[in-house]
Amino acid sequence: MEEATLECPLKPKDFASDQEVKWCPGCGDYAVLNAVKRALAELNIKKEDATFVSGIGCSSRFPYYVDTYGFHTIHGRAAAIATGVKVANPNLSVWVASGDGDSLAIGGNHFIHAIRRNINMNLILFNNEIYGLTKGQYSPTSERGKVTKSSPHGTVEDPFNPAELALGAQGSFYARVPDTDVKLMTSVMVEAEKHQGLSLVEVLQNCVIFNDKVHAAITGKETKLDNQLILEHGQPMLFGAEKNKGLRLNGLDLEVVTIGENNITEADILIHDETLVNPTLHFMLSRMQLPEFPIAMGVIRNVNKNVYDQALHQQRADEKTNSKFASLNDLFLSGNTFKVV
Amino acid sequence: MTLKFGIQNNYKPLPFGEIREGLMKTELESVVIKFAGDSGDGMQLAGSLFTETTANIGNQIATFPDFPSEIRAPQGTVAGVSGYQIHFGKSGVHSPGDAPDVLIAMNPAALQANLHNLKPASTIIIDSDTFKKKDFEKAGFDGNPLEDNTFSDYKVIEAPITSLTKTNITDLGLDNKSMVRCKNMFALGMVYWLFNEPLEKTINFFDNKFKKLPAVCEANKRTLQSGHNYAETIEALTSSFTVLPAKKQPGTYRNITGNQAAAWGFLAAAEKAKKDLFLGTYPITPATDILHELTKHKWAGVKIVQAEDEIAGICSAIGASFAGDVAITTTSGPGMALKTEAIGLAVMTELPLVIVNVQRGGPSTGLPTKTEQSDLQQALYGRNGESPLVVLSASTPADCFDWAFEATRIALEHMTPVILLTESYIGNGAEPWKIKLTEELPDIHPRTLDSYDENWKPYDRDTEKLARQWVVPGTKGMEHRIGGLEKDECTGCVSHNPQNHAIMVATRQNKIDKIADFIPLQKYKGKDATKLLVVGWGGQFGILFGAVNDLQKEGKNIAFTHFNYINPLPKNTAEIFAKFDRILVCELNNGQFADYLRAQFPQFTYEQFNKVEGLPFKIKDLKNKFNEMLEAGNA
Repeated sequence: MEEATLECPLKPKDFASDQEVKWCPGCGDYAVLNAVKRALAELNIKKEDATFVSGIGCSSRFPYYVDTYGFHTIHGRAAAIATGVKVANPNLSVWVASGDGDSLAIGGNHFIHAIRRNINMNLILFNNEIYGLTKGQYSPTSERGKVTKSSPHGTVEDPFNPAELALGAQGSFYARVPDTDVKLMTSVMVEAEKHQGLSLVEVLQNCVIFNDKVHAAITGKETKLDNQLILEHGQPMLFGAEKNKGLRLNGLDLEVVTIGENNITEADILIHDETLVNPTLHFMLSRMQLPEFPIAMGVIRNVNKNVYDQALHQQRADEKTNSKFASLNDLFLSGNTFKVV
Repeated sequence: MTLKFGIQNNYKPLPFGEIREGLMKTELESVVIKFAGDSGDGMQLAGSLFTETTANIGNQIATFPDFPSEIRAPQGTVAGVSGYQIHFGKSGVHSPGDAPDVLIAMNPAALQANLHNLKPASTIIIDSDTFKKKDFEKAGFDGNPLEDNTFSDYKVIEAPITSLTKTNITDLGLDNKSMVRCKNMFALGMVYWLFNEPLEKTINFFDNKFKKLPAVCEANKRTLQSGHNYAETIEALTSSFTVLPAKKQPGTYRNITGNQAAAWGFLAAAEKAKKDLFLGTYPITPATDILHELTKHKWAGVKIVQAEDEIAGICSAIGASFAGDVAITTTSGPGMALKTEAIGLAVMTELPLVIVNVQRGGPSTGLPTKTEQSDLQQALYGRNGESPLVVLSASTPADCFDWAFEATRIALEHMTPVILLTESYIGNGAEPWKIKLTEELPDIHPRTLDSYDENWKPYDRDTEKLARQWVVPGTKGMEHRIGGLEKDECTGCVSHNPQNHAIMVATRQNKIDKIADFIPLQKYKGKDATKLLVVGWGGQFGILFGAVNDLQKEGKNIAFTHFNYINPLPKNTAEIFAKFDRILVCELNNGQFADYLRAQFPQFTYEQFNKVEGLPFKIKDLKNKFNEMLEAGNA
């Protein structure tokens, strides 16, 4: 809030608010906070031009910790409230911080419709597959059979894959990142902000208290190179400690192959194109599950599409130009009026 | 009022307003007419065209469209009857009227639906082509009601409307369905003749509406004229009435519905606050017309989000308010229920927001197209926690403009959500509005702070209003966070401190209470009365006023006060109540305002007159009740 600091290029620490961060020690949310602050600095966004909107849950405390404008709202509704913020002032950089319970359970409707409308904002989905703030109930992303406080005998329902929801809602930008890779997360956040339209960033986030190591098979030091495929636009889909494993199409399915085996060369490996309008391959990448496949990370989809808030403001401008009314008085006095003397 | 018919001789068309020789000419103070037919018969159009014409020649008018919630209920059934009632005249038009003097019934079902509500000796125009056996059986008559004594006390005009409509337009090449569709204009033509009203306005309407469909245009115009000619030709229809033009305040008027007036009030308020208007909403009967109206006016800068649900409707509005727009959301009862949690967020974050509830019959889906005032306590109390906000109500279709404007003013100047209660009856009803030009309206002063102030905190307040300031994203150096968690009264940071919570709860209440210092004192009509005070609120104003007015003219000891400011109440409310022996609270619910008054001013005794039938009061019923109480006082 110091006037003087606003004139210099901002550093990540300049985006820290004066509030003590109260997440549990070791929580994955800290990494997201760091990555976002780095991205804001890298993007050279002015503090007053950024607004963070959140719902309810551990991750929804996020706005209190960023020294920009912030609105900690009600459970599930952040995307709807952020829609109003962005439509009211399209010049703002609008970010939504929301968890898997917040966005995929109570706020599922707003989540899919914000994506469908393609509002120009960023939605960070903190997916820890558990309800943390209410102390450990299963969420819409918890795996079938998950034993939690509210499912002592295991759940009897299948989870959502957030990417499938997003692509099914005709999403224009979807990225996935682990909370263990702040560098990747920062670059993805930068791409998300640059994208025109709704950018969904799913963070595989660890809850140290209620769902510790839920993503460990993906993020563990020993396994991550084999279990993560970090996608880069225009680059072959290679992964593994030796960078010798890759994906290719076999009929209508993806398959994992190893370069040097069965006459496979790098030329056989699929090249990632995040701009493919047809979402089929992006669906296939985002659906990949262990152990048969690695988990796809990075920007999976990034396509141009009509942007809701831009179209809305264009209509207003067009109507202003074309209207037969120049003022409210013109409107009030139009049509059938009569005088009483 | 009894209408008298005489014999028509040597009819010649005359300019409007001149008395025809040879006719029993009846000059009337005011008349109620009702168009009724199948919901596909075009009754709403006939009614609204008549309204335009009669308003344009300077009558006072009040209208009441009464339509089924089914889009097209089975043809010829009572469930499918759509009605449009118009009360017009030179004076005494305070409501759409109890019962019609002239009923136009396009089929037996329309007759059946209005049978319980006919005045003795009133005139009924029916389409005799629709009175076949299967038609009156479908409508629930045992036999042909025209052939028994059912209508012996009425003046019934049987006209073969459907067949005459078709006969006159067969040469235009329209299919049967399109020809039959014109029959509402035949009926309208007859009514114009009956009331000596000009056809030009309606002819112009068709010239504009069907520019590209000349055959349809011609068919409608010709049918209108045929109806008019028919009425003047037939022996049965032997009189016409001149309703004397109204004496009104000089000015320019237009006909307006309550929902349209509310929409325009918000446009005007945003302009006077020098802000953009934002509407976040979800379609719901009977509030959707506010959305329909505002969406035409993007040229005026309005931003509209038709959201995925009621919750997103209000939430987008709250987001827009946070970002600096004049934010409103519009709904009806069930939608209010869904918006409840978000309203609490607006209370907690002390953001300006107007929530319009065009009330309908409840609970649950209830009676979507019918009127009621049963969401008052929901507005006052329907949230978790101590959650005070401002509740206002509008009185008439035209004054929805003023109350939309006032609701916005209070929201912006006092930093609070405001609930504006209207009701189906006035939202869809119409009356002449004396046009207010924007320069006649006061400026609105939002509590905006748009420059850097190093000492500012989000919950700093002024002492006069206890309102915080509105600092919107984009304001340099003033970055801050608000939210639904309780905040420290000084720093604005999250606080769970017990004393702080108590202070904040009290402050939020005091802020609303203090608004009573910024609103006018309550008025009442009947300065010399002492016996009976009639208390009303909301959209039943016209009917209550009319009933009290009639008794006051008879010299009865009765007074009337009508509330638009519900929370807070005007500061002199108790002073007015103290002047009277008895207080009667009249409302379309089981006593919600009466209960509220009991809580506010327990020193008085409140008697109740309630109606929960999905319909407005009737002047007759009110007068009976008032007289009964006045006479009991004499005994």
